[in-house]
Amino acid sequence: MTMFGYRVPMMASLLAWCIVWEIVGQMGVSFLVPPLSDVLVAAFSLVQTGSWQAAALTTLNSFLVGMALAIVVGVVLGVAMGRSSLADNLLGIWVNIFVSAPLSALVPVLMILFGMGETTVVVTVFLFAVWIIVLDTRAGIQAVPRSLEEMGRSYGAGGLRLYSKIILLAALPEILAGIRLGMVRGVKGVVIGQLLVSIIGYGELFELYSRNFDMENFWALTIILFAAAMGLSALIENIEKRVEYYAGVR
Amino acid sequence: MRNITAAASAAATAPSPDAAVEVRGICKMYAEMEALRSIDLDFPAGKLTTLLGPSGCGKTTLLKIIAGLIPATSGEVRVNGKPVTGPGPERAFVFQDFALMPWATVMRNVAFGLELKGVGKDERQAVAQKYIAEVGLSGFENKYPHELSGGMRQRVGLARAFAVNADVLLLDEPFSAVDEQNRRKFQEDLLRLVELEKKTFIFVTHSIEEAVYCSDRIVILSRRPGRVAQIIEPEIDRTASPDAIRRDRGYLDTVEEIWQGLKRYVD
Repeated sequence: MTMFGYRVPMMASLLAWCIVWEIVGQMGVSFLVPPLSDVLVAAFSLVQTGSWQAAALTTLNSFLVGMALAIVVGVVLGVAMGRSSLADNLLGIWVNIFVSAPLSALVPVLMILFGMGETTVVVTVFLFAVWIIVLDTRAGIQAVPRSLEEMGRSYGAGGLRLYSKIILLAALPEILAGIRLGMVRGVKGVVIGQLLVSIIGYGELFELYSRNFDMENFWALTIILFAAAMGLSALIENIEKRVEYYAGVR
Repeated sequence: MRNITAAASAAATAPSPDAAVEVRGICKMYAEMEALRSIDLDFPAGKLTTLLGPSGCGKTTLLKIIAGLIPATSGEVRVNGKPVTGPGPERAFVFQDFALMPWATVMRNVAFGLELKGVGKDERQAVAQKYIAEVGLSGFENKYPHELSGGMRQRVGLARAFAVNADVLLLDEPFSAVDEQNRRKFQEDLLRLVELEKKTFIFVTHSIEEAVYCSDRIVILSRRPGRVAQIIEPEIDRTASPDAIRRDRGYLDTVEEIWQGLKRYVD
């Protein structure tokens, strides 16, 4: 990026906003906005506390279990829908409803079904993430050229090997894009789930800090969460870039 | 040039001993549309036979039926005397759009048929190496398809088909996505490989010149529903240089004669 003829580094805008935050914080405009430096100090001591570590572990666990389920179910459903018009007709309408539905509204119902614990959070992550994975996988499977599949068959790949050696690999760019978008939604799912259940993991800490107007710790928690979500997304994007080159030449 | 339309129908009843592929009464219906109507053909072993016809005459459909990729509505295909029920190791297919795996190197693409057969890594790479060299791609083993030109990609497709050591090679308009100059070079190389490999080739094309230049035998299909309209055996001296063949009297006459026959199908 260049501005007024000077080359501005990538992170410049982020840095500028951090400085604005610090200044506003130091001016004491509102107790809601403590100086950024205080927040960072709070973050540093927060990550060393047992309660944060336990919360992070619970959260990560719910997130990973929910995501693993979402990826497995999402890819299987997506492949079924991409390959069979019967499955597509049966499931298409539901997937399209759920992918755009405000699922947060369902969490209270999930709490009744699955109790006030981790299971509800896992199910929330799953429900937030799975639909976009289904849709992207379906799109990827449908983009697999017919001739590539015929090639596999004519050289002796039948049944499962046709999927493992040709179809899934050919659809990989879209499947990975679906997983990345699913992860972003899954992070929302884990936070919303825990906030509503509010007695476990990150949600409990959020409740605690915001109720006591402990804004340093509240913002510290938020920043750590944002950084983790962006890190995850960047990780998948990195894998995506390695297979992207062949999406156009399949 | 020898025109054997009459002989073709006689051959339908009597099985010829030197036919690698026999097609008997093949019909193909797509819903209400009749693509092929009772095709009877013999493909002699060790020869290159071309299926030529106007677009939509079902020549690719016939090739894919022989490959076992799509089922015929009725009729039977026999390869080396055995009826075809699906794809088999005695047939290898070369695709119009190359159908290379973009995530795999040239080496892995060429060795893919052997990989599926369960041949060990060293052995299949040695075989692949030989055919990569034969199609003139030495030094490109570790390149990916998107790093190659169209002509080179199809050479990979051809090497893959040779590597499985099938008796019958099925080529579906292999040069149609290759530019003109590369195509000519490719045709010359193909003739050399036909000579070298002693396999049965079935070749689909819509180019009359290509058909006459490459083929021992040309089967002309009529427009939909596809039927055998004519069988021509161009008598051209193959030992002459490529340029001499392209200026050969017999070559030019055959091209002209086929064009006169096909003209009525062009709107």
